[in-house]
Amino acid sequence: MLFPVYWMLNVSLTPQQDMRKSPPDLFPLHPTFEGYRAVLHDQMPYLGTSLLIGLGTVAATLVLAAPAGYSLAKLRPRGGGVMGLALLVAQMIPGIVMAMGFYGIFLNLGLLNSWWGLIIADSTIAVPFGVMIFTAFMSGIPDELTAAARIDGAGTWRTFWSVVLPVSRNAVVTVSLFSFLWAWSDFVFANTLDGGGDLRPITLGIYRYIGNNNQEWNAIMATAVVASVPAAVLLVLAQRYVAAGVTAGAVKD
Amino acid sequence: MTIARVDRRPKRSPAVSGAAGGADRRDVPPRRRRGRDRLTALGFLSPLVAYLVAFYLYPLYRNLDLSLRDYTVRSFVAGDAPFSGWDNFSQVLNDPTFGPALGNTMVFTFVSIALQYAAGLGLAVFFNRHFRLSTTLRALFLIPWLLPLIVSASTWSWMLNSESGVVNYALHLVGVPPVDWLTSPHWALASVVIANVWIGIPFNLVILYSGLQNIPGELYEAASLDGASGRQQFRRITFPLLRPVSAITLLLGLVYTLKVFDLIWIMTKGGPGDSSSTLATWSYQLAFGTLLPHFGPGAAVGNILILIALVFGLLYIRVQRRQEA
Repeated sequence: MLFPVYWMLNVSLTPQQDMRKSPPDLFPLHPTFEGYRAVLHDQMPYLGTSLLIGLGTVAATLVLAAPAGYSLAKLRPRGGGVMGLALLVAQMIPGIVMAMGFYGIFLNLGLLNSWWGLIIADSTIAVPFGVMIFTAFMSGIPDELTAAARIDGAGTWRTFWSVVLPVSRNAVVTVSLFSFLWAWSDFVFANTLDGGGDLRPITLGIYRYIGNNNQEWNAIMATAVVASVPAAVLLVLAQRYVAAGVTAGAVKD
Repeated sequence: MTIARVDRRPKRSPAVSGAAGGADRRDVPPRRRRGRDRLTALGFLSPLVAYLVAFYLYPLYRNLDLSLRDYTVRSFVAGDAPFSGWDNFSQVLNDPTFGPALGNTMVFTFVSIALQYAAGLGLAVFFNRHFRLSTTLRALFLIPWLLPLIVSASTWSWMLNSESGVVNYALHLVGVPPVDWLTSPHWALASVVIANVWIGIPFNLVILYSGLQNIPGELYEAASLDGASGRQQFRRITFPLLRPVSAITLLLGLVYTLKVFDLIWIMTKGGPGDSSSTLATWSYQLAFGTLLPHFGPGAAVGNILILIALVFGLLYIRVQRRQEA
């Protein structure tokens, strides 16, 4: 299971002239950082764009999903059940179909090749998931807590902001984590909606890299390693949230 | 949908957690609601509703519109594409690519799901016997699932490279002649399935592992007292008790795998020929893959894909409902 990850690291350190050697070196015997030098030289702007888009998507997702989750879990509006069903169906729509719809809309509005257009599109991957996580989590918060806040004179917004949201820290972390990772690794939207702009994300950086120079595999793999760093960091920092996130929405107690 | 197993430790009263999953919110005594409360509830929900209308419904409507009109690049800008009814759909259904794409979608989806489920279950059982470092190792096994798809896809492309790939080298060591993984029509689909299974295993592992955790240990103790072998325990206890979790895992896998596009596109572009095209890659190929885009037919294929996903999606909802009952 971990071999491909190891191999990616190994190839990223292999010198160019040993790349097509047979048998391939199973260990980086003569490690070189020329691949990484190429990454720093060519790919830095793409990494910056991906970071910007990732953080933007996280912000958009939290702003939309947390209040909605609070409403569905605690305020129980009419039509809440229908909303839950709509969110479930939304998650089943293929990205490629959304991309085609967005392409037409963005073309008419002149939003193609803009980083914030891409934030909007990427957020569609995470928002339904986020609402469901928040709803589930906030349903578990005892009503006594919100009732106490109310007795102390807090309004609904105040209750949400100062009581419910701080208690829901775990849900905030889970949703942020997933929306960042999904936006960071998005390829479909990037390739259809932001193929020609100045600010392109790293997934396109790698894709173009493969297309333009299929010889320098150490540089390609070095880019891949660098593009995986956020996933690795997040995994270390928040692995229990990751597991919670996968199982959320899928399994009943 | 009932979402469970989110870490909801903070301040959850035992009375609430004791109530059966989805029913607990109804156990709370209904408070009298005033019109104002109802407005507040809608107020918190309204950004989401506006968002769904603008960024889900409207793109979907545009896509449906695309599939019912005769679009060219020019009419896209001018907005005067003539209405053509079901022309795009009949064109797509009669296209020689339709059969292979549908077939490949089915093979890709079902073989991927079967293999990643089997591997995920095996690993889940393995990790369920706690041993040193099992938690760390289990976390490491999540990596394939968290890596950006472009990273996994390009790594596999290089590993499966016919001349200098490490896979063919490994085959050479055991005396098997090299395989043209990505460039031969016989192997292209297998290659993308292999990569997709590798990516899908962690997801299956995590869900099935959490399912295993909920099986009471006493059952196994009783079984081993009665002299049941490990295999018997798996067949008589683990597998039947895991059935609800398995159903959900498989159906979720189905809905996700139907959508897979990036991986196939990056590894083979659906080729050589149509040998690894699925409905998703074909739809993309039609709309964005060439200099002469066929947006209408592309959108039609996309809508057919939505239809298939919805059928399985409704099945998923039914299974989940039945489990809640």
